[in-house]
Amino acid sequence: MYRYDALDQALVDQRVAEFRDQTRRHLAGELSEEQFKPLRLRNGLYIQRHAPMLRIAIPYGLLSSMQLTKLADLALRFDRGYGHFTTRQNLQLNWPALGDVPQILAELASVQMHAIQTSGNCVRNVTADHLAGIAPDEVDDPRPYCEIIRQWSTLNPEFTYLPRKFKIAVTGSPEDRAASEVHDIGLQMMRDAQGGIGFTVRVGGGLGRAPMIGQVMREFLPLGDLLSYLEAVLRVYNRHGRRDNLNKARIKVLVKSLGIARFREQVEAEWQASAAHASKLTAAEVERVRAFFRPQPYETLEDIDATAGRDNAFLAWYRYNTRAHRVPGYRAVFVCLKAHGQVPGDMTSKQMAAVAALAERVSFGLVRTTHSQNLLLADVPQRDLYAVWRELQDFGLAMPNIGTLTDMIACPGLDFCSLANAGTLDVAKSIQQRFDDLDYLYDLGELEIKMSGCMNACGHHHVGHIGVLGVDKHGEEWYQISLGGSANGFTALGEVIGPSVRKNEVAPTIERIVEVYRRLRAEGERFIDTVRRVGLDPFREGAYAAHPAAA
Amino acid sequence: MRHILRRREWVADQWRYLGEEAAPGAALIVPYAQLQADSQWLSRPGPLGVRLAPVDAVEDLTGLLPHLSLVAVEFPSPGEGRGYTQGRLLRERFGFKGELRALGVQQDQLFLLARCGFDAFDLTQPQEHEAAVRALSRYDVAYQPGAAQVALRRQRFFA
Repeated sequence: MYRYDALDQALVDQRVAEFRDQTRRHLAGELSEEQFKPLRLRNGLYIQRHAPMLRIAIPYGLLSSMQLTKLADLALRFDRGYGHFTTRQNLQLNWPALGDVPQILAELASVQMHAIQTSGNCVRNVTADHLAGIAPDEVDDPRPYCEIIRQWSTLNPEFTYLPRKFKIAVTGSPEDRAASEVHDIGLQMMRDAQGGIGFTVRVGGGLGRAPMIGQVMREFLPLGDLLSYLEAVLRVYNRHGRRDNLNKARIKVLVKSLGIARFREQVEAEWQASAAHASKLTAAEVERVRAFFRPQPYETLEDIDATAGRDNAFLAWYRYNTRAHRVPGYRAVFVCLKAHGQVPGDMTSKQMAAVAALAERVSFGLVRTTHSQNLLLADVPQRDLYAVWRELQDFGLAMPNIGTLTDMIACPGLDFCSLANAGTLDVAKSIQQRFDDLDYLYDLGELEIKMSGCMNACGHHHVGHIGVLGVDKHGEEWYQISLGGSANGFTALGEVIGPSVRKNEVAPTIERIVEVYRRLRAEGERFIDTVRRVGLDPFREGAYAAHPAAA
Repeated sequence: MRHILRRREWVADQWRYLGEEAAPGAALIVPYAQLQADSQWLSRPGPLGVRLAPVDAVEDLTGLLPHLSLVAVEFPSPGEGRGYTQGRLLRERFGFKGELRALGVQQDQLFLLARCGFDAFDLTQPQEHEAAVRALSRYDVAYQPGAAQVALRRQRFFA
C-alpha cells in the first residue's frame, strides 16, 4: 500500500496543528459557529443529533493492520468502543467530544491517516473497487490513480470551496463495483490499442435529490492528461455550478442544464486554455506511486478444494463470503458486518483489533473496506480458510449472507443523523428478523436492499434492487419502496412502486415483493433479472395486496 | 484608518472603496458593474482599482486590465469559492501584475488564497495581525502548483 513520504507526512501534521488552533479559537469564542463550520467540515467533523460525528478517511478503502488497530484504539478511548463503516469506505465515530478531535487527528496522522475533506463542499475521499488488484476481470489496479487523485485534491488551492460536495470513483473492472456511474466523476480504466492506460470519463452522476447516471465526457482520456482534465472539469463547475440553491448545486444539475455537449465544449475549451498552468502528471510520478501497489509476495501454491470434507456451515460461508482470486491458492474473504441483530456497517473495537491481528497473520497485514459496508481480507491462502472462518465466527464476523438480502446497505438514519427523516436501524433489524432463515435467504439468491433515511441517499437507495427511503409525513416515519435499481456494471435507477408504508410494514412489504419473485422467476433467474423481465406491475400488485394503500 | 495585510506586512490602506470618503485623485476601487457602465472612470485622475463580485467573469475584464493597479475580489461568505478561480485566472491566464486583493476573508483562508495568486488581504477580523501573518506560513508543503506568494519546502505536482 502507499506509504507517506516527507511531503505527505508534513502536510497531515501541519493540518493537525492548524485544526488544533482553529478548535481552540472556536472554543474560546474567537471563531463563530458560522466561521468554524466550513473548517470543521473539511476536517470530517459534523455536529450530529447527539454529539459531533467524525468521519475518518480510508482512501479507496485500504487499511494496514496497524491503522485498523489504531482505529480500534481511538474508538475505545474517544468513543463508545465501536465505529461505523460507510458506503464511501470511510469510518465514522459517532460520539467524540469536540475538544478531543485535534488529539484524534494527531494520532491518525501518526499512522498516516487523516479526516481531511471527508465532508464539506470539496473533493471527498476517492473510492475504488474493493477487489482492486486481485479481480480476475481487471484492466489495471485503480488504486495508484486513486492515490494520485487523493493527493491532487487534498487542500487544492482552487477547489476547496466548491458549490457542493464532489465525489470521484475509479473502477479498474468492467463490472463496476465502485458504482462509478453515480459519482460526480466516474473514471473507468481502459487501455488503448498500444496498451496505454487511460480512462473513460463520466460526469454528472449522483444520487440524492434528482438521481442521475453519469454521462460520457471522454471515451478515452490518456493517463498523462488525468489531472489537467480534472482541473478543467472542476474549474467549469466551480465557476458555473449553482450556489443559490443547495439542492441544485451538484455538478449533475449544471451538466443537465447545459446538456452534456455544451458542458463538454466548455470543459475542452478550458482544458486547452489552461494547458500551460495545469498540474502535470509525469511518468516518473506514476511509476513512483505504482511501485507501492505491486502484487503481494505470494507463495507459489496450487488451488485446493478448501471445502472437501467440511461441514455445511463452512460450505455456506465459503460459498457466500469468499471470492475468487487471481493468484492460484488464494481467495478473498469478506469480514461480514451484517450479522442479524447488528447495525449494518458497525464494528466494535474488539472486532477491529481481532481482524487487524488476523490480517497480519494471513493476508499480508492489509484490510479493505467495501462499498457494501463490509471488510475484506483480500489475499488469504486457501489452506487457511477454515481456521480464518473459525476465528471470524468467534468474533461474530462470519454471518454467511454476503450478497444476499440481509447484506443490506443502510445509512445511520434518524438515530444519529440530524438530516434524516426516518430511522433505518430498527427497520434493518426488522428485515433481519423476518429473513432470519438462511435457507430462505439462499433461495432468494443475490439481492441488494439499500436504505437511506432521507433524500441525501447516503444509503444509495436509488440503486438498490429494492430501495427503501425514509420520508417524514406530518412528523411520522414512513418509507418509500423502489424496485429495479442497480449499480454493478449496469447502472439503473429504481422506480417507486407505490405509496409509502409505515415502519412496521417495510419488512412485510419486502417479503410480499420477494414472494412475487419466487412465483415468477425462471430457473436460475436472479431477482433483478426477473424485475427487468416482467416489469414492475406484478410487484406493485403483490406488494400492496394485503395492505390498505397509505394516505 | 483601514489596515490590510499586503505581502506579509500590515500596512495602512491607501485605497478607498467607492462610497468611502476619498480625496480627489486618491486611489479608488470601483465595482466592476459601475466601471463597465461608465467609461469615465478610466479618465479619472489617480490610481484605479476594480472590485469583482463572485458572478463577474474575469474574461470580460481583459480590456480594462492595463488601466487597473488593483483587483479586489469579494468573498461575501466563508464558503464562497469562485474568487479562488478568479484570482488564478487573473494571474496565470491574463498576466495581471498589480495588487490582487481578497476582500472579506478570515485568516484560515489565507494560505490557499495566496497559492491562487492573492498578495493582499482585507480581513473580516483585522485585529488578528500576528495570527494572519502566521497563517500564510501554516503549510510549507503542497501537492499542487501555485503562485509563489508562499515559500514551499516541497511540492508534488508542477505545471
